[in-house]
Amino acid sequence: MSETLRGAEIFVRALIDEGVEFLFGYPGGAVLHIYDELYKQDTLKHILVRHEQGATHAADGYARATGKPGVVLVTSGPGATNAVTGIATAYMDSIPMVVFTGQVPTHLIGNDAFQEVDSIGITRPCVKHNFLVERVEDLAVTIKKAFYVATSGRPGPVVIDIPKDVTANTTEYVYPESVEMRSYKPNTRGHPGQIRKAAQLIMAAERPMIYSGGGVVIDNAANELTQFARLLGYPVTNTLMGLGAYPATDPQFIGMLGMHGTYESNMAMHHCDVLIAIGARFDDRVTGDLAQFCPRAKIVHIDIDPASISKNVRVDVPIVGGVNNVLCELNRQLQEANVQPVNRDSNAWWKQIRDWQKLDCLRYDKISTLIKPQAVIESLWRETGGDAYVTSDVGQHQMWAAQYYKFDQPRRWINSGGLGTMGFGLPAAMGVQLAFPDHQVACVTGEASFVMCVQELSTCLQYNLPIKVVCLNNRYMGMVRQWQEFFYDRRYSHSYMDALPDFVKLAEAFGHVGMRIEKPEDVDGALHEAFSMKKRLVLMDFITDQSENVYPMIAAGKGHHEMHLAPGTETVRELA
Amino acid sequence: MRHTIAILLENTAGALSRVAGLFSARAYNIESLSVAPTEDPTVSRLTLVTRGSPEMIEQITKQLNKLVDVIRLIDLNEGRAIERELMLIKMRAIGSEQREELARLAGIYSGRIVDVTESSYIVEMTGDSDKLDAFIDTIGAKRILEVVRSGVLGILRGTKALRA
Repeated sequence: MSETLRGAEIFVRALIDEGVEFLFGYPGGAVLHIYDELYKQDTLKHILVRHEQGATHAADGYARATGKPGVVLVTSGPGATNAVTGIATAYMDSIPMVVFTGQVPTHLIGNDAFQEVDSIGITRPCVKHNFLVERVEDLAVTIKKAFYVATSGRPGPVVIDIPKDVTANTTEYVYPESVEMRSYKPNTRGHPGQIRKAAQLIMAAERPMIYSGGGVVIDNAANELTQFARLLGYPVTNTLMGLGAYPATDPQFIGMLGMHGTYESNMAMHHCDVLIAIGARFDDRVTGDLAQFCPRAKIVHIDIDPASISKNVRVDVPIVGGVNNVLCELNRQLQEANVQPVNRDSNAWWKQIRDWQKLDCLRYDKISTLIKPQAVIESLWRETGGDAYVTSDVGQHQMWAAQYYKFDQPRRWINSGGLGTMGFGLPAAMGVQLAFPDHQVACVTGEASFVMCVQELSTCLQYNLPIKVVCLNNRYMGMVRQWQEFFYDRRYSHSYMDALPDFVKLAEAFGHVGMRIEKPEDVDGALHEAFSMKKRLVLMDFITDQSENVYPMIAAGKGHHEMHLAPGTETVRELA
Repeated sequence: MRHTIAILLENTAGALSRVAGLFSARAYNIESLSVAPTEDPTVSRLTLVTRGSPEMIEQITKQLNKLVDVIRLIDLNEGRAIERELMLIKMRAIGSEQREELARLAGIYSGRIVDVTESSYIVEMTGDSDKLDAFIDTIGAKRILEVVRSGVLGILRGTKALRA
């Protein structure tokens, strides 16, 4: 039986019928009819953020942690433009999101009306798709399409722009069970012939390397990847986006790769004879100089997006398909062929890798009288049993979290990898904590990133989100400073954070707990104390060594074998 | 290398700007673009001429295919195709000698004079782009008042068809 409803009611009903749990939003003129409907119900939980960027990052964090689409509602004009950074962030990392933007009434579109902006035009380059709903009759089916497009194939954000009059008009409400789109038919099954070819190449490899990325996390294929790697006994590296898809504490895991990857991972990339790329997109931060990328390797590439294949690097065996599907089929073939895992003790390639590992490239000064940021991350890992959800902002702290927090499970590491959005960490942590209210959630940040979305501390108080903020405060935009030290002759142009707030008082002003930690011997205790406060958000301001840099480092445009190593390890560089 | 790509597109507002936006966002070049609805009014057909290395053309077709509004596409360089362009060209035509010569040249190129004044002709001409270029060269810049070209239209030879 169908009913006649107003557009605003249809909006709320459709989201409930779609199974949406949280709606992250901020009201304004163009969406007032919708907010009025939200007021009348309590099934759909609306989370009031303090800035629309926060809404998109929170929905994004929720999506990354749960695998379900994040949903956002903002008003027209500035509401929409403020949301753009978060939409682009989700787009670059293929995160499923549906973002509703209010729009001025249809008769005013194009009139330069109050709070009017061409949201469809502005978001077009950073969405998977977007829709303008011109008639209330199209609203329900458009919402269905948006969720379908956002969550299928290579996921991504979808924007729906809804003029105010559409939310006031009435029509019969029917929420479709499913939608068909003749122009959108993602393919998830890999080509059987290509998979067979890949299996042959993989089994015959002498110096194999498994390079897996965010696609494995997104397609919930961590178990399949782990099975695949263990059947073969091959070394595994993860991209920044793929961390946790293979357990970091497993001996086959040799660390992250790329610009700040481990020495052993990057050297293994450089010397491998078969590279198995799974749900990874050969990003410039991963490949370095393309001319020197994996010079000896035949490359297998599994990806759901045909456009990712042979975009940056020509591959020998492309397989278009969902990584989960393809890995299941590969595993079946490997088992059928009765493949035996290589013996890590006697295998020459593993011996070589162990030699590289001896360099201990993530070593740092553990007797310093200053707090080393790496030590804080290691302590955080111990305190949380390696099982926390960790969000981060962007910069040095992000790289240290990626290097030193050993993620054993997928969806635990939540960061803006592609767009590199400062301000992401705190709102993303809100989305995670809402999804998992009883789980430990840490936001690793820096004093520069943190203030970019600091207003969300207020949201955290309103919804009792006991996030633990680990602020690695070095009084610099650390990564900018590091590049200026290396490449600009130490001219620290505008990278010093002058006039910083008192973060303890700041936390307290927002109704939270603040702590300042200045001595290395206080780090463990502070983290323990903070995580013991299960109901409170605690902001820990760690005053860290200002001179610390992220190592190893491959300068932009250099090859994998051309790493800067931490001072003191330089002498053994000839190993390369 | 020059490639002609034929695209079937949902005939919805904004679909064309997605195609055009893709080219500018990814720094691909568009040499010509023509678009109109097909016999099915919900489908537009777009013919696009671009240039690039084989790798770039592969990326262009993949990225186009990724657009949600794109139903199907074909790179016409991969088969035998017919390409046509329509041109309307307005020329200065003064004095009987010049007028005769222009009429004769138009005839050689199978053009039709569709508008005549005391001092000008408009010639309508179809053909592949090279032929139209050649006609323009033959007439010479000094005599040309205005040129308007449709952009390339392309279709595969034989029974194989690009359909939604």
